[in-house]
Amino acid sequence: MNLQLTRRRFIKGVIFSGAAATSGAGVYLAANAQSGNGGMERLISLTINGRTRRVDVPPTETLANTLRYRLNLTGTKIGCNRGECGACTVLIDGVPNYACSVLTHNIKAKQVLSIEGVKADDGTLHAVQQAFIAENAPQCGFCTPGQVMSAVALLANNPRPTKAEAAQAMSGNLCRCGAYEHYLNGVLRASGQIA
Amino acid sequence: MSTHIGFDFTPPDVPGKVTGEIKYAEDYKREGMVFARLLTSPLPSGRVVGIDATEALRMDGVLGIFTADDLPPVAPPGNPALASEYVSFVGQPILAVAAITEEIAESAIEKIRVDFERRPFVVDPLESLSPGGANAYPEGNTLVRTQEEGPEGTPIRGAEIRDIKWPQSAIDALRAGKEPAGGEFTTEWTFGDLDAGFAEAAAIVEEPFVTIGYPHHSLESRTCMAYWENGKCYFHGSSQSQSANDNGLARMLDIDPADLVFINEATGGGFGSKIGPYPYMAISGNFAKRLNRPLQLRITREQEFYIGSARSGMQGWIRMGVKANGKVSAIDLVVVNDGGMTGAGSGNSSAQHVTVAYQPENMRFRGISVYTNTTPRGAQRGPGQNEMAAVLAPIADKAAKAIGMDRVAFRRINAIDSGGFQGGGQGPVTSAFVREALDQGMRTFGWAEKNALAKQNGSKVRGLGVGIGYHGAGGRGYDGLVRIGPDGKLYIHSGVGNLGTYSYAGTCRAAAEALQVPWERCEILRGRTDNHLPHSSGQGGSNTIFTHTRTNWVAAQDAITKLKEIAAQDLGGAPEDYTIGDERVFASAEPARGLTYAQAAARAIELGGKFSGEEYPDDINPITQRAVQGLAGSGLIGVAKDNIPGEGQPPGILVGFCEIELDKDTGKIEILDYTAIADCGTVVHPKNFENAMRGGAVWGVGLAAFERHVYDPQNGLPANTGLYQSKPPTYLDVNVETKMGAVNIPDPQNPTGGRGIGEPTQGAAAAALASAISDALDGHVFNTAPTTTDMIINHLAGNDYSTKYLKTNTF
Repeated sequence: MNLQLTRRRFIKGVIFSGAAATSGAGVYLAANAQSGNGGMERLISLTINGRTRRVDVPPTETLANTLRYRLNLTGTKIGCNRGECGACTVLIDGVPNYACSVLTHNIKAKQVLSIEGVKADDGTLHAVQQAFIAENAPQCGFCTPGQVMSAVALLANNPRPTKAEAAQAMSGNLCRCGAYEHYLNGVLRASGQIA
Repeated sequence: MSTHIGFDFTPPDVPGKVTGEIKYAEDYKREGMVFARLLTSPLPSGRVVGIDATEALRMDGVLGIFTADDLPPVAPPGNPALASEYVSFVGQPILAVAAITEEIAESAIEKIRVDFERRPFVVDPLESLSPGGANAYPEGNTLVRTQEEGPEGTPIRGAEIRDIKWPQSAIDALRAGKEPAGGEFTTEWTFGDLDAGFAEAAAIVEEPFVTIGYPHHSLESRTCMAYWENGKCYFHGSSQSQSANDNGLARMLDIDPADLVFINEATGGGFGSKIGPYPYMAISGNFAKRLNRPLQLRITREQEFYIGSARSGMQGWIRMGVKANGKVSAIDLVVVNDGGMTGAGSGNSSAQHVTVAYQPENMRFRGISVYTNTTPRGAQRGPGQNEMAAVLAPIADKAAKAIGMDRVAFRRINAIDSGGFQGGGQGPVTSAFVREALDQGMRTFGWAEKNALAKQNGSKVRGLGVGIGYHGAGGRGYDGLVRIGPDGKLYIHSGVGNLGTYSYAGTCRAAAEALQVPWERCEILRGRTDNHLPHSSGQGGSNTIFTHTRTNWVAAQDAITKLKEIAAQDLGGAPEDYTIGDERVFASAEPARGLTYAQAAARAIELGGKFSGEEYPDDINPITQRAVQGLAGSGLIGVAKDNIPGEGQPPGILVGFCEIELDKDTGKIEILDYTAIADCGTVVHPKNFENAMRGGAVWGVGLAAFERHVYDPQNGLPANTGLYQSKPPTYLDVNVETKMGAVNIPDPQNPTGGRGIGEPTQGAAAAALASAISDALDGHVFNTAPTTTDMIINHLAGNDYSTKYLKTNTF
């Protein structure tokens, strides 16, 4: 597994921060501003979509929460908040990660790419985004930002994947509508294998 | 010649989905917004003895607590937003706490003490029907309807709870696969002469079956945010429907529908669970009003499992009689539904599937729906029909085999056509071309060729399957509303919700087609009430394509009539002397004499009255009346109720063909080929049609092979509340390529020719896969949905532990 931030490190981070998860249903993993923070600096610098952002983040907060609720980058969706669905997928130093399973304090020195940073500065959509539109790939669209992120990372590493390779690479992204084949067709289109 | 119908286009919300810019309910914030969280029941059944929120209410930042006492009472068997005295499933909301931050609200929940008395619980309907079996509610165990059933997704009206027990002999008989003689039913119908039908049969097949319910798992949970301004409620919700929510949600908030602005640009999945306003919407809106603050009630993934609805389960028995020529002469069907805590099952719809798929000459259906202390149940993609399709397909295969007939030929001889019937009332259909679909599917799939291939390859064995999916797919009598602006553009006001099927956009193409306006000169207004949206159906039941191509068509016809009247008034002659084309209305005999649409719209504003919406037809719904009033004077208004004559139910029907490889060492199934052919009239939007077929196939795989509720029968606790344990199919569980096609014969009762197809896409795939699994195992009928890997392995090991006794909601 080529994940640079693993689920295990995430859990360790939560334990060391001295916080206790409220329940399985909890949205905030006890990211209570009043909870002990072990003396960690809360005001941190993050590099999100090429921009440096100063943000006040409790040490137990996940990246998904920081993106959505502190930086208003709501394109990253929270589908399960427990590393099961992939709707919150972002790229950290180019590697797909579930933002719900990454502590924001752990990525201070890293480059984060969220869905808002995928299109070019001039507004030109990424080839994956263009292809997904051409294939009418999203259905409800809630998982789509995560699917885009995984497809972008896939094509960066494997510019001409087979459909089966693409399915393997994107299998961490659940789509309840079942739009898998549309997304795979989008990947093939973005990689120039179908027109 | 068609210009829009049958051609691809990009629905306007697709780009926003790939950039993340489109907003779902939870993406909205509001100045001063506060947060509410739910406290839910840890017990499957109990009585709330006391609630002590003293400590929570003392916390800094806590704003208030909201209980059932703050809402109008909901008499059983209604599904209350918040439990009052009794709790009836794990996860049932009991109260909500609001605070200035979500963290504080969550911490406050932890400080609240609730005292319960435990009550007996039950998670298996047959156990509840057994003598001495526990009842899910104090009042009883069975939902009995006392009035006609409302549309899918609407609240139950006219129903009561009764305590019904069967003799143990009936329970034992059903568990053993026999008719449950002596069992009491609450629904029953018959047509023809059942005994005579069985007397004519050359072969009779008799089987029990069980299907297990499972959650909708909409990826966007039903988080809502509401705020009030100047007496109006602005409500951000996640719904499949738009205008269809107006009246119900306004009732929940105790306001006039005119004072509700429902905002719902995009919806992250519904699958039947969000057709109408769901009970929990009442909390957000009313709590926000009480606090006089914008309030967001977040529903977590685990809570979405609890309150996000689920498919009803079935335990049943069927006897099928087949003549020597293959015609089904008689069917006797029994369904015991698992209605969860809401009690309603889909047994009648299951029986309806049987009637459409095999057109039996004689049939009896008996059904009963039993409450269990499991999650609320509701319509889920082809409710009743699709799970019936999954278990019925292998049984039908067995019947075909008994008379030595090819399985496709068996379905062909029994196929519904345009003169056929649906349901116990044997009502007509608008049209049906299933034989054509089967023939097309056989060719595309290569049924004959694949049947000639070797079956065994080491530990792997091939299986071929065929299935039929069906759902009634269309309604009548709703309203259409279009406006030609002084800029000459066509504004199509759609009250259709955006559940991800893009039918809101596809149906708008009917207006563009009728008025012959290029798509780039059209704009769809939708997604929030104050966009002046007409009365529309709920977006469920595969109905939107049929229903709202018609409404947009009739609205466009009204606009055309007005264009011609304005032209005649200004340019001379009679309206019938005029025609339309190239965004102009002009004299047929003298094309240069005419008005552009922009000029005609400007004249409509000058003329006023019916032309610009100051007057409107008497028969349109009050929702549409308000919409027209809001648009009055802004252009040429086309507005009409769908009064297109006709009768019968427009059926959506799909046939599926499946080839699998089943590994006898592991029980794993690999889908090698899946081909689906639709009988849905004219295909309105080809690209979207293809995607609907693919998505439905994934759902079919989930129904037939993976998804089920699992409860611990000792404690009544759910064991698979997460996506991972519930196992919706992933990329790696389904085929990467689906072959598909459509008969593409227009439905005569729709101006565009279209009918819906959303739901049968799942049923056909589930049936074809179940049929293929049975075929791979020499015709063994599991009679289960899902048929999971452990069931297959146990069968191959000679162990019937997984499938005996019709056990449900557990392993």
